[in-house]
Amino acid sequence: MTSNTIGYSTIRAHDWRLREMVQRYEPIVAIVLALIAIWYVAAVLMNLSLVRDGFEREETPYTVADLLEGTMSAERPLLPAPHQVIGAFVDSVFGYAPTAPRSLVYHSAVTLSATLLGFVLGALLGVILALMIVHSRVLEKSLLPWIICSQMVPILALAPIFIVVLGAIGLQGLLPKSIISAYLSFFPVTVGMVKGFTSPDPMQLDLMRTWSASPRQVLAKLRWPSAVPYLFASLKVAVTISLIGAIVAELPTGGEAGIGARLLAGSYYGQTIQIWAALLAAATLASGLIGLVDLAERVVARRMGARL
Amino acid sequence: MALGMPKALKLNEPDGTLRRGERELLAPIEPVTMNSRAEGRVGPISSPQRLAVDVRNVSLTFETADGKVDALSNVSLQVAEGEFVSFIGPSGCGKTTMLRVIADLQQPTSGTLLVNGMSAAQARLGRRYGYVFQAPALFPWRTIEKNIKLPLEVMGFSDSEQRQRAARYLALVNLTGFERKFPWQLSGGMQQRVSIARALSFDPELLLMDEPFGALDEIVRDHLNQQLLQLWDKTGKTVLFVTHSIPEAVFLSTRIVVMSPRPGRIIDVIDCNFPRERTLEIRETSEFLKIAQRVRVGLRAGHSYDE
Repeated sequence: MTSNTIGYSTIRAHDWRLREMVQRYEPIVAIVLALIAIWYVAAVLMNLSLVRDGFEREETPYTVADLLEGTMSAERPLLPAPHQVIGAFVDSVFGYAPTAPRSLVYHSAVTLSATLLGFVLGALLGVILALMIVHSRVLEKSLLPWIICSQMVPILALAPIFIVVLGAIGLQGLLPKSIISAYLSFFPVTVGMVKGFTSPDPMQLDLMRTWSASPRQVLAKLRWPSAVPYLFASLKVAVTISLIGAIVAELPTGGEAGIGARLLAGSYYGQTIQIWAALLAAATLASGLIGLVDLAERVVARRMGARL
Repeated sequence: MALGMPKALKLNEPDGTLRRGERELLAPIEPVTMNSRAEGRVGPISSPQRLAVDVRNVSLTFETADGKVDALSNVSLQVAEGEFVSFIGPSGCGKTTMLRVIADLQQPTSGTLLVNGMSAAQARLGRRYGYVFQAPALFPWRTIEKNIKLPLEVMGFSDSEQRQRAARYLALVNLTGFERKFPWQLSGGMQQRVSIARALSFDPELLLMDEPFGALDEIVRDHLNQQLLQLWDKTGKTVLFVTHSIPEAVFLSTRIVVMSPRPGRIIDVIDCNFPRERTLEIRETSEFLKIAQRVRVGLRAGHSYDE
């Protein structure tokens, strides 16, 4: 009898969980479906004249169905249809060995390594700069304008200069790309951590003072833990722009490898489907990276007693 | 009722002789000397090392955008070891500033100040006092036990000593069993008890409390007042206690310092000698009400200064 009751309640719990899942993901799925529908309509409209011209040039008779079919399967469409992009993506991810130059896995890995190194460098630099700014008024006044200026120059203009200068001193490959990536990603970390390090309550700071805590203890036991929520918020921004930095850094190298190289090659040869597939790879990478930061944040928050 | 108050009933007579005489009759602990005004008259001090706090002619002026504000004007006060002294007065009368000056969280513009026979800065560096703020100010990422350990960590106590002391002081504030909880899991009153345990954890001689129960409801407050009294009785600490509440001040204190704003100054000091072991019932006694009345009169006299 008891087992019966348990079984019943398990089913109920399962049911309830399912309903909760549906409720949670319903809006997301609805929006994705709507976007895909809009994308298809846009693909038809944008590729229509291209396809019609093609038929007319070859002087073959065509029907509306032929036209529609053509907009969905053009080799170099203005806007590839979603299934074409996904097809090319799946093909270049699973269709080749991961080390093959046509494999998106290979290119993603190249970009990912530069992104991760750039992200780590940028985060470290960002935290160090924030520490310097928080602990010295002089540094705050002298550093902050330069930090802000650094972000006002378009990275597209700076990246080739970096590559050339670093190449001249013998640095090639991963490191120059990571430096460009770090150049972009340190900024949100600095801004966020300056805010975070100064976020403790005046009362908490006074408390540390009544115990005559050293500046280092105040940092370790109060400022640093207080800044953790700000750290993760800024890391989420930093990790995505690290990726952008790495991709941009791949453009002036002439496109040897990486998602940036893939984008560049695609635009040289008008391979729109390839460009879109590479973009999809970049988006997948970005959401994976944000997911990781999010996971780390949740683990840390749990350990720090956050209300979950 | 306030309308009927004659202006003549000001308690801050310039020389303060009468009240001082009264006080010396009642005073259980020497030296117990107060003077409110600029005269700087200080009573006999038998043995300086027995003074927990010795404030002489201390003034503190803040520079604000609207000009100077006299937070403290020529304040003198001696507190003997083991006393429980309450500071009461309207907002802006300098009672919190007074506590902060004693704690070396703010520096006086002029005057001298000794805490346990040393300068305020030395006392702070020597970790001679524990400070309890208006809010518990617990560190939300630390468990209750770790919050109490925090000052001990800062001061370099050994791990085992930290653990022992955390357990001892949690028991003292009746919170054994809450070690692993986080602050948000406790009520406001419990959190404030944790902050008291934290202030006591390194066993300072002096406890400075700035309206610790101000944000709590009446019932919790009564309860904590009783606990605080027991704690004071058990530990024999000197307590300086800032409050807005007349019954709280009368119930807890051996002496009540009435302060008045603009400029912040002491206008009356009232002795209050209830037995060390007392219950909330003493609040119904005529002696209690008499002292409360005197505090109220003092507060009102301070206010009439502005009008």
